[in-house]
Amino acid sequence: MKDLKWRTILVVLVLVASIIFLLPSINPSLPQKWKKVMPAEKIHLGLDLQGGMHLILEVEAEKAVSSHVNRLSEDLKDTLRKQRLAFRNVERQGDTQISVILTDAAQQGEFKKILDKDFPTLEMQAADTRQDGVLVPLALRDKEAQTIRKQAIAQALETIRNRIDQFGVSEPDIRPEGEDRILIQLPGIQDPQRAIDLIGKTAQLEFKLVAEEVSPREAKDGKAPAGTKVYPMSHLDPATGRSSTDEIVLKDRTLMTGEYITNAQVQIDHQYNNPYVSLEFDSQGARLFERITEENIKKRLAIVLDGTVYSAPVIQDKISGGKATITGSFTMDEARDLAIVLRAGALPAPVKILEQRTVGPSLGQDSINKGFFACVAGTLGIMIFMVIYYRFSGLVACLALLLNIPIILSMLALFKATLTLPGIAGMILTVGMAVDSCVLIFERIREEMRHGKTPRASVDTGYSRATLTILDSNVTTLIAALVLFQFGTGPVRGFAVTLTIGILVSLFTAIIVTRLIFDYLLTRQRIRALSI
Amino acid sequence: MEIIRPDININFVGMRFKALFCSGLLTILGVAMMFAHGGLNLGIDFAGGTLIQVRFQESTSPDAIRAALSELGTGQAAIQRVGSAADNEFLIRAEHMTTALQDLSKTVEAALVKTYGEGKVSVRRAEMVGPKVGHDLKQKALFAIYYTLLLITIYISGRFEMKWATSAIMAVIMVSAVLLLQALGLPVIYLIFGALVIALALCWLLKLPYALGAVVALIHDVIITIGVFAIFNKEFTLEVVAAILTLAGYSLNDTIIVYDRIRENVRKYRREDLKKVINDSINQTLSRTILTSGCTMLVVAFLFFLGGSVIHDFAFAMLIGIFVGTYSSIFIASPLLILYHDWTMGRGRGRVAAKSTA
Repeated sequence: MKDLKWRTILVVLVLVASIIFLLPSINPSLPQKWKKVMPAEKIHLGLDLQGGMHLILEVEAEKAVSSHVNRLSEDLKDTLRKQRLAFRNVERQGDTQISVILTDAAQQGEFKKILDKDFPTLEMQAADTRQDGVLVPLALRDKEAQTIRKQAIAQALETIRNRIDQFGVSEPDIRPEGEDRILIQLPGIQDPQRAIDLIGKTAQLEFKLVAEEVSPREAKDGKAPAGTKVYPMSHLDPATGRSSTDEIVLKDRTLMTGEYITNAQVQIDHQYNNPYVSLEFDSQGARLFERITEENIKKRLAIVLDGTVYSAPVIQDKISGGKATITGSFTMDEARDLAIVLRAGALPAPVKILEQRTVGPSLGQDSINKGFFACVAGTLGIMIFMVIYYRFSGLVACLALLLNIPIILSMLALFKATLTLPGIAGMILTVGMAVDSCVLIFERIREEMRHGKTPRASVDTGYSRATLTILDSNVTTLIAALVLFQFGTGPVRGFAVTLTIGILVSLFTAIIVTRLIFDYLLTRQRIRALSI
Repeated sequence: MEIIRPDININFVGMRFKALFCSGLLTILGVAMMFAHGGLNLGIDFAGGTLIQVRFQESTSPDAIRAALSELGTGQAAIQRVGSAADNEFLIRAEHMTTALQDLSKTVEAALVKTYGEGKVSVRRAEMVGPKVGHDLKQKALFAIYYTLLLITIYISGRFEMKWATSAIMAVIMVSAVLLLQALGLPVIYLIFGALVIALALCWLLKLPYALGAVVALIHDVIITIGVFAIFNKEFTLEVVAAILTLAGYSLNDTIIVYDRIRENVRKYRREDLKKVINDSINQTLSRTILTSGCTMLVVAFLFFLGGSVIHDFAFAMLIGIFVGTYSSIFIASPLLILYHDWTMGRGRGRVAAKSTA
């Protein structure tokens, strides 16, 4: 009898615990005092039930390497000029190489000294003396390239995380996947396109000088001097609010980038009610900006964002104080997103989408409704069958079955596991498996009673014989669930987790709970015949 | 109430050749259909591509939708209706994938709105899988199949024979053979075949008839289910693979139950003909087998009919899996024991029944 008492207490404890863990999901507004002590987590829903967007991005780390090599070649040009080493050309070749043509072969020694001192990451390869000088190919060291790649990926992750933080999505999930991929999950997002724009914008801000002497037509015809390039330029007619695209020739050399920006805010131009973005630089940036504006008074400074010129105002005076503005053809949303992106920083390398899944909230809610309806209907259907087939014992089985779903859900909340649509299917499957266990037990009991044993003895033998078979038969399903968890993606993983939890719970309800009820009836109530 | 009388006696063993013939036919049909359709109807998870589910306010037809989308250059998009006629929901599937940073549902929605009007079209979900991820998911699915079959086979070798020493040997050999195969760096599909062949060979050599029967039944279930998908040309996705593997594991239950009973009866009725003993065993456990499978099928049927369009194919896979699993436990697994017995009797190695040969 003591045994009975302990078992009852165990079952009651499990029930109470599951109610406690389920409560936050059923009743979202619990009193504060409750929330402090008791679990307050709702069940975590997968994107297929909640609605939202799932993205897998690949960071094109190679481009980070090649733009680093670009910068190095610019720096090298500067250094050679300063040291008065004559060169015909310094040019990036491929992703990781720079080819340098020195006019004077004799200066190779000095060149090497400069390399060793200022550019340790570049490796000199076999020089090739030619008519017009000596061609010295340089290559970026492998290790350096590796480091740049890794850093680019880590920085891209951080930058994207910053951007999404400021975007204001509740519970975003951003994490690295594999070597060069980023997984992003944004539940409940209303405007997927805006999020993608925000995430993917390289946001490379550059300040370049306008090449006044050259017209776009000349540049396209090939008559442009070295070091200039044609860029698209977007115009906003402030009066009409219409934007158009034009072209402009800029001097290729980047004077300053957006890395010095400490703050970017959206302001409204009161004359035309157009939004613009005001920038603040850090002290180093402020000094740099001051110098640039001082050296180029009356010239036009182009503000280039991701290869498009947004504005090219004339520098009237030297600007100290480290402030600048970007005006252009923005909507309020675009201006806000631009400010976010400038604050969070530029992406070190472009990203491309490898996988994208978006589920609208209406479909998500639909799936929950239909899934749970099928679950409840299935459970009811099977309960009706059990009562018809096993009569009173069927009723006992039903009682245990009713406990299954709530306990499974509460365990999901406890383990902070995610419920997905296949997960709901998994729950339905485990209801079927729980019934299987009951059937095995009851059939065995029936068989024993057919051989003339008393109800008490039949129940004992039935349970002891059947339990081993039941445990056994679930092992193979658990193996499959384990493998699926390991190799599955989101929804399939949810299925594997729910299946595993469901099997364990169904073992509990089918073996322990039903046994408890039978024992109670047989010992306390002393029923003579068993309706089975 | 009893659906199946306790003294039932259907001659399952007698039907074994018909059953094996049926299975063989289904397999051939499945393979033929796969050739006819150019392989399985792989979902975008494996083949890459774009899938968009759209709901329309008014009823329309796949052709009208295709016309509306023609300017997008989506090529041969497959468009089919989902759910009931009243839902007006269609699934648009295109080979077209884009790595450009743009929301594909927006472009499709814009094109459809042009034709159908503002507010008449709503995109319920959109999925795009690029080729790299498609390849990765294919690998994952194959590995899942590989490891599930492997682990289950090792478990079977132990569980079924109750000869722990032999099964320990089997497990060790299997694991080392598999590690060897993996070290060779072969593509996963060869690993799967290799592991299965090794398992079958080991069962044969180590004289483990029950394990052999169970492994063959396992392979049979997976092949027939995939075959049915090929015949109906249903979409084969990662979820379908999950359903097949889960039910392959689940349907071993029935096989375990029947085999346990056979083993029990073989011990009890040593003098009887093996065929009769096996037949009796199947009949004795029939009630249990049909009931458990029937109950699970009932529950999954509710999911199939009421669960909505997204989970529909998954539920279909589960239904087929349960049915095939039960069928194989009754008609395939047990007759395999007889075949083994007959085959080895001819070579004087019979081990299933101790004294069936006079």
